[in-house]
Amino acid sequence: MPKRTDIQSVLVIGSGPIVIGQAAEFDYSGTQACRVLKSEGLRVILVNSNPATIMTDPEIADATYVEPITPEFVEKIIAKERPDALLPTLGGQTALNTAISMHEQGVLEKYGVELIGANVEAIHKGEDRDLFKGVVEAVRARIGHGESARSVICHSMDDVLAGVETLGGYPVVVRPSFTMGGAGSGFAHDEEELRRIAGQGLTLSPTTEVLLEESILGWKEYELELMRDKHDNVVVVCSIENFDPMGVHTGDSITVAPAMTLTDREYQILRDVGIAIIREVGVDTGGCNIQFAVNPEDGRVIVIEMNPRVSRSSALASKATGFPIAKIAAKLAVGYTLDEIPNDITQETPASFEPTLDYVVVKAPRFAFEKFPSADSTLTTTMKSVGEAMAIGRNFTEALQKALRSLEKKGSQFTFVGDPGDKAELLREAVRPTDGRINAVMQAIRAGATPEEVFDATKIDPWFVDQMFLIKEIADELAAAEKLHPELLAEAKRHGFSDQQIAEIRGLREDVVREVRHALGVRPVYKTVDTCAAEFAAKTPYFYSSYDEETEVARRDKPAVIILGSGPNRIGQGIEFDYSCVHASFALSDAGYETVMVNCNPETVSTDYDTSDRLYFEPLTLEDVLEIVHAEQQAGPLAGVVVQLGGQTPLGLAQALKDNGVPVVGTPPEAIHAAEDRGAFGRVLKEAGLPAPKHGTATTFAEAKEIADEIGYPVLVRPSYVLGGRGMEIVYDEARLETYIAESTEISPTRPVLVDRFLDDAIEIDVDALYDGEELYLGGVMEHIEEAGIHSGDSACALPPITLGGFDVKRLRASTEAIAKGVGVRGLINIQFAMAGDILYVLEANPRASRTVPFTSKATAVPLAKAAARISLGATVAELRAEGLLPARGDGGELPLDAPISVKEAVMPWSRFRDIHGRGVDTVLGPEMRSTGEVMGIDSVFGTAYAKSQAGAYGPLPTKGRAFISVANRDKRSMIFPARELVAHGFELLATSGTAEVLKRNGINATVVRKQSEGEGPGGEKTIVQLIHAGEVDLIVNTPYGTGGRLDGYEIRTAAVARGVPCLTTVQALAAAVQGIDALTHGGVGVRSLQEHAEHLIAARD
Amino acid sequence: MTTSTRGTRVPAVLVLEDGRSFRGRAYGAVGETFGEAVFSTGMTGYQETLTDPSYHRQVVVMTAPHVGNTGVNDEDHESARIWVSGYVVRDPARTPSNWRSRRSLDEELERQGVVGISGIDTRALTRHLRESGAMRVGVFSGDAVTGDADMLAKVRAQPQMKGADLSAEVATKEPYVVPAIGEKKFTVAAVDLGIKGMTPQRMAERGIEVHVLPATATADDVYAVAPDGVFFSNGPGDPATADHPVAVMRAVLERRTPLFGICFGNQILGRALGFGTYKLKYGHRGINQPVQDRTTGKVEVTAHNHGFAVDAPLDQVSDTPYGRAEVSHVCLNDNVVEGLQLLDQPAFSVQYHPEAAAGPHDAAYLFDRFVSLMEAERA
Repeated sequence: MPKRTDIQSVLVIGSGPIVIGQAAEFDYSGTQACRVLKSEGLRVILVNSNPATIMTDPEIADATYVEPITPEFVEKIIAKERPDALLPTLGGQTALNTAISMHEQGVLEKYGVELIGANVEAIHKGEDRDLFKGVVEAVRARIGHGESARSVICHSMDDVLAGVETLGGYPVVVRPSFTMGGAGSGFAHDEEELRRIAGQGLTLSPTTEVLLEESILGWKEYELELMRDKHDNVVVVCSIENFDPMGVHTGDSITVAPAMTLTDREYQILRDVGIAIIREVGVDTGGCNIQFAVNPEDGRVIVIEMNPRVSRSSALASKATGFPIAKIAAKLAVGYTLDEIPNDITQETPASFEPTLDYVVVKAPRFAFEKFPSADSTLTTTMKSVGEAMAIGRNFTEALQKALRSLEKKGSQFTFVGDPGDKAELLREAVRPTDGRINAVMQAIRAGATPEEVFDATKIDPWFVDQMFLIKEIADELAAAEKLHPELLAEAKRHGFSDQQIAEIRGLREDVVREVRHALGVRPVYKTVDTCAAEFAAKTPYFYSSYDEETEVARRDKPAVIILGSGPNRIGQGIEFDYSCVHASFALSDAGYETVMVNCNPETVSTDYDTSDRLYFEPLTLEDVLEIVHAEQQAGPLAGVVVQLGGQTPLGLAQALKDNGVPVVGTPPEAIHAAEDRGAFGRVLKEAGLPAPKHGTATTFAEAKEIADEIGYPVLVRPSYVLGGRGMEIVYDEARLETYIAESTEISPTRPVLVDRFLDDAIEIDVDALYDGEELYLGGVMEHIEEAGIHSGDSACALPPITLGGFDVKRLRASTEAIAKGVGVRGLINIQFAMAGDILYVLEANPRASRTVPFTSKATAVPLAKAAARISLGATVAELRAEGLLPARGDGGELPLDAPISVKEAVMPWSRFRDIHGRGVDTVLGPEMRSTGEVMGIDSVFGTAYAKSQAGAYGPLPTKGRAFISVANRDKRSMIFPARELVAHGFELLATSGTAEVLKRNGINATVVRKQSEGEGPGGEKTIVQLIHAGEVDLIVNTPYGTGGRLDGYEIRTAAVARGVPCLTTVQALAAAVQGIDALTHGGVGVRSLQEHAEHLIAARD
Repeated sequence: MTTSTRGTRVPAVLVLEDGRSFRGRAYGAVGETFGEAVFSTGMTGYQETLTDPSYHRQVVVMTAPHVGNTGVNDEDHESARIWVSGYVVRDPARTPSNWRSRRSLDEELERQGVVGISGIDTRALTRHLRESGAMRVGVFSGDAVTGDADMLAKVRAQPQMKGADLSAEVATKEPYVVPAIGEKKFTVAAVDLGIKGMTPQRMAERGIEVHVLPATATADDVYAVAPDGVFFSNGPGDPATADHPVAVMRAVLERRTPLFGICFGNQILGRALGFGTYKLKYGHRGINQPVQDRTTGKVEVTAHNHGFAVDAPLDQVSDTPYGRAEVSHVCLNDNVVEGLQLLDQPAFSVQYHPEAAAGPHDAAYLFDRFVSLMEAERA
């Protein structure tokens, strides 16, 4: 049965900003879905507040709304566009929850919009714990297998306490209903933990519901990805086994595909149960993911949960198998059946089969605990990782070692030199699941632990443990060998050892090992991911390396460009960089090149086999990239390697690639150095006559002190060559400077610490620009809302700048051009300026695609990354203007007066982290970046755009109610006008005594509330923290006095996070919020698609 | 004479009849072995595969790289012994891990004298077989490794699979009975042409008492058990040689007794109806094959192990000596005939394995269909 003819237009809801548990994978799935629907001739309407996505590129949908994903805004879009159908299963929990809420409010019915790809009943059955338990029971009655963990549903703390008794005591698992990525769930070993976790869970759950469950810690954990069509054909796309047994969220586990330690009988039971569940739940069409726990002692199978939608795991499964789940789900939603859809990879066989793998896939999570030093690093059932790397090998050891080196994190690879430490201590360490537990296990093995001891400590399956021993034995052989003979080297490579690891073991340099290896003819071949274990010929060149015999890389005639991606998402290097890489691939393909993508991040659009002509799913290390370059040079002409779009990861390889004779195109490595090296960059500025804040570089405390004394405190200190402000801090005194230097591990004679004068009260400005050696194209000027000192990635900003005049922009353009020229940029450059008084300081320059490129591109309707890729390969700005890729006249610095205002707001992961005592982590912004994602608000005036950005990031700004204000002394002056405005809008103000006094003197009435430190009043007057928890505060303004978590502000801000109350931590944000509230109150906030904005902008330009 | 390979790196060579060879390490028993090189794409179920009599005289290449991870248990074998003549894997497990495991796979291979090879580029070999077709192969390890020309000559001296009559070599010599589980409802005579243990099990679960008869059983032997239905099993070899079972089946068709065939049984039904059979280039061996039941349009994911297929017209009803016949099931990957049914009398067969083991249970309904035929006949 072919596609439905009664649907002409579909609304697709995206997943919004990148947050922990809901990341780039939904851009991958959403992009696939939109493309499919469009190619089916449907009008695709998309809403997603996240500008850093490919799916929100204007070409992907017919009408793209970068608007908040809230029922209110989505209703406005529906009212305007009147779609026939809504597809809610591709935008994660956000899209699903929004769709359900609109269904429940009757909005869908009102406008006659049909929900496709999922029905409400199925969503409830899949997601509601109680209903799902019923599903599992029904399945067991029918097929005799599968059960739920024994559990109790609770709606209050009394229920919870009674529930523990029913289950037979601690430990118990707490799982709140309807939260994303397992937010708020955890293990409680005693009543204190239970009260804390369950209390928070009840709050987090939109239905005030948590589930208490028997503990199945240490059981084997599996996932199946299934798809079903309307004819009830069901296929299992992939099985995934967790290396880390039950107790660690699957997003935080090392996972392996296919399952490694199941017999066919056991696997078929999981498959039967999975199919019975998808039927019982009633997922009509589309994908779902089901998690199982299997008791290693007797095979008892417990069904943990199901997600009736495309998920992070389905993105992983798609990349692991070559079976594009989201794409197929979209086709099924519009009426196709599985047997009618061809398998893209073979083109001759249908999608109604189950992929079979002749390789092993390992996914490893990437954490960011270094950004949240006070957070508890124990891994639990709440997901905490910010990204992941996937690797493919012909066996587990190869895939594992590739995955670990793909993480690009110091110490993520196994090391086999030095004293491993004390066995008993290491085994104790391995009991607690953490980031890097696998390394502790390896060290325990090196220290003499037996397989049984490792299993007892970790419950990691003995087969996996044996594989760890295998790796260690190869390392021993490498160490013991007289010389590196070819058989041994080949054996080590077959088990995934990097040249660097071998070098370390042999006491050689990495490049020497490589030379020896090449001399001995030990080089990788490239195999194809083909869904069918070579049973049919694959048409899609999706490759991974292996030390096997036969390579499958075909000859080609067209010149190729290799684009290096950005690796696992992490704070500071996320989806924005993948966006630029994908754009480069599209632009270069259009320009006639054969595009070759290299990346190891399964969540991304860049690793979709559809994106580039060839895809290498490989780690982004020098060794792996050099081998790919070699393979591609063997295959045909190579025009160059693009390194400046994937962030710091490929940029860091630029010089070494060039040194190895690789044609690096675009900004040359020397220019990258000129921008990153303080001395060299200082000379560039000096020659251009541009001021930078006073600064110096130091490798010791004495040197740093001398510099700080000269320029005066506060100073901004940071290690050189880092991204995302890692380790950056504003230091107010000498004592802190000393501890900073002592604590910093990143500082060495070759990597000095930078000490800058900190510019108080300066306006920070970001500029993205293109430079071809002759002409500058100013992409956009962004004015930060927060003052300088807050990392640009965490700061909200507006484009066009809202308070800068034409003269300022002219100065910015001239400075940018001087720097681009002085550094020697060929492509993109991002420069951060600070305007203090009337002086424009240059803070730093990055000769690469920046985090803001997608935002700038969308705000100005100009594809900057595409242009940058072309310039890298020799095109000029003038040529690109003539071609129409860039506007014929003008640039992003001179937007017409009635151009829309775009506001970018950062989204922070505070609610994900707890310290070891279970308290929240502080939410104050600082020079070190900690946001995971961003949203964009776009409208004709700033206030509305800002309000939209807030609604997209944190939920709508309140337009009435009670606002609590407590600000640091230095902010008290600038607080008065916005506070008066709040009162004018009918807010009741609450304030602590000091702030209230200042307000009073300025004629503004505020109710004094008790500080947390004052405790409850004699008449039971609540403290501010209690008021927040009681839901009696609608808006919080709290600027920090210092960064210590012991202060009152900490309690206030963490309470705000827990209750989801908007909390502004800078006075500038307050001023912007007031404008937003003003815009909301005056009503008429409309929605407008990017295509309409662009049309308007282009018309205004001409 | 075989020796242990565990813990050592004994060299081994795999030599194809077209001269291509792969060097690796001995796995299982050391020595030499020959057969037809075929690849199997299942990611689970090696124990079932190894003990499936249909693999008799075949050297099986596993495309899944890790084999032996769950060891060998006492429950999952499909017959009393390993039937493959050689085994080719990339990364054999060193330590099995499963609560039911009793011993490691390499111990078991060695105990049963099965010569294997590990550590070769199994994907390259699979691609080669896909492009060049299944062919004769030899695996040599330890002292059996000699000069290339010598080994190649030995491979080329082996008999071909085409034209091989192998059922009698694998089938039971004596009849035996698998009792019904629970209440006995029917009696079925199952002609063993290389039957897998799970097949009578699936029937027994449905109240069928299964009389398993040797491949040499005559029509009289079949009717001696007073069957409600007759079953023809899977098995190795070229169906073109199976004249005896074809004759027995024709006798059954004459008497209009409900009839069900699996795999080899399907090919025999094809021949009994007057269709030809032919050798596929490289066969279907795996547990992920999409088969469409043309009577319902539904797709089932199924277990396959066949190198031959029936040559019957896909889109028309054929007239046969036993009335109208049609192709009931087809493989969506390559449109190979996967099932036949008679429209005027109770007989049907499938080319694949509804008993699974290893493989998905999607096609288990076919046993119910067989039961329905017998019920209808009785009514």
